[in-house]
Amino acid sequence: MNAHYLRNGLTLELSREACTGCGACVEVCPHAVFAVEGGKARILDRAACMECGACARNCPVHALRVKAGVGCAAAVIGSMLRGGAPSCGRDSACCG
Amino acid sequence: MRQETSCGCGVGPGGPLKGTAFDQEFVEGSVAADGIRIPAVSTRLTRRDILGGRKVRWDMGRMGYSVRPGLYAVGKPGSGSPVLVTANYKLSFDALRKELAGIDAWILVLDTKGINVWCAAGKGTFGTEELLHRIAAVGLDGVVSHGTLILPQLGASGVSAPEVKKGSGFRVVYGPVRAADVPAFLAAGMKKDDAMRKVRFDLADRMAVAPVELRHALPYLLAFLAASGLAAVPFSAGYAWRFFSVFFPLFGSLLVGTMVFPALLPYLPFQAFCLKGAVLGILWGIGSSLAMGLGALQTAAVTLAVMPVVAYIAMNFTGASTYTCQTGAELEVRRGLIPMAASLVLGIGLFVASRAMGA
Repeated sequence: MNAHYLRNGLTLELSREACTGCGACVEVCPHAVFAVEGGKARILDRAACMECGACARNCPVHALRVKAGVGCAAAVIGSMLRGGAPSCGRDSACCG
Repeated sequence: MRQETSCGCGVGPGGPLKGTAFDQEFVEGSVAADGIRIPAVSTRLTRRDILGGRKVRWDMGRMGYSVRPGLYAVGKPGSGSPVLVTANYKLSFDALRKELAGIDAWILVLDTKGINVWCAAGKGTFGTEELLHRIAAVGLDGVVSHGTLILPQLGASGVSAPEVKKGSGFRVVYGPVRAADVPAFLAAGMKKDDAMRKVRFDLADRMAVAPVELRHALPYLLAFLAASGLAAVPFSAGYAWRFFSVFFPLFGSLLVGTMVFPALLPYLPFQAFCLKGAVLGILWGIGSSLAMGLGALQTAAVTLAVMPVVAYIAMNFTGASTYTCQTGAELEVRRGLIPMAASLVLGIGLFVASRAMGA
């Protein structure tokens, strides 16, 4: 399934000026959000972006920015109860 | 299927591993490289491996289902053989090695505290720092001469390829998402096609994580038994039937939320998981109440109570899904929790009223 979710890709920013068209973002994106056309990356399907942060972390020229986080309601509720940013780990209900 | 679902996570702290790398059951011999003995692993899963994998899917012993971090050999690898990097969750490690029959390769296992690649990458334990540490700890530059590492693509949210290059000289190539595509990826000269790059969340993937969800929902069962017991008072003729006619919709809502919801996820309307769940909850509430022969008022009451149960379980499935972002999850939680609580309270109140009126 190729699904879109609420607010997906809202924080994803691509600087076309800085981009060198190396294609690292295309290689790491699990949802085919990017394509390289004419020597530059382009956001093809923003709504498919789950903001995992793989593209920004692997862009050699820092042309990508995204507020990476966990798309998990249990983690969000955990952070509301205990403070701090939502994360896996403090919520034993799910992931360690 | 995808070998690691986002919530197929093992739970830390991993537990103490006894003995050395050679004491692990899947090690069958060794390969010499750079003057040291590297444990060689089997590419066949034993019945125990398969049983272990099934158990963790039911959340039994997920904690500490891990492999000793370090370097392993598959087949008869040499200095030119590929290095495949993975997590030390045994389900991840098994998913990889079982695909490598007939292939000579090295497997570099990172210490992710027994957690799968994608979750560990999100936490940063499958990350640049641990990778650099592990490369140095096993003396990888003495073992291979090509200076290339193949990482699972889903590790990319924790690893920065440019920083790994800077810190170790090793070039990171992101391989396919699924271990099953590794042989084709290697055969094609480390090239992947679009399908190898995309995360899927097919029926089999969704149902693989459902049992863990069911286990997590079991505490509700006690509350439902108590609620049904109270709803059926007085202890007079027909108590058992009154008990069952309430317990059935409530208990069923757990199964609907944990099993039916993942199955129907792509076909339910709305993007918010709690709304998708609410739709299912309303259908189940009405259907099960009618099947139990409840009147209109009690049907409404049960539906109002059951709907938020399914919606809440559904909302928490965002953590198991492979495509939800944090901003969206926050929105669901902020907008959803109060209406869910209100619906539950209203449902209980309506039910009490219906009994007081003699229904």
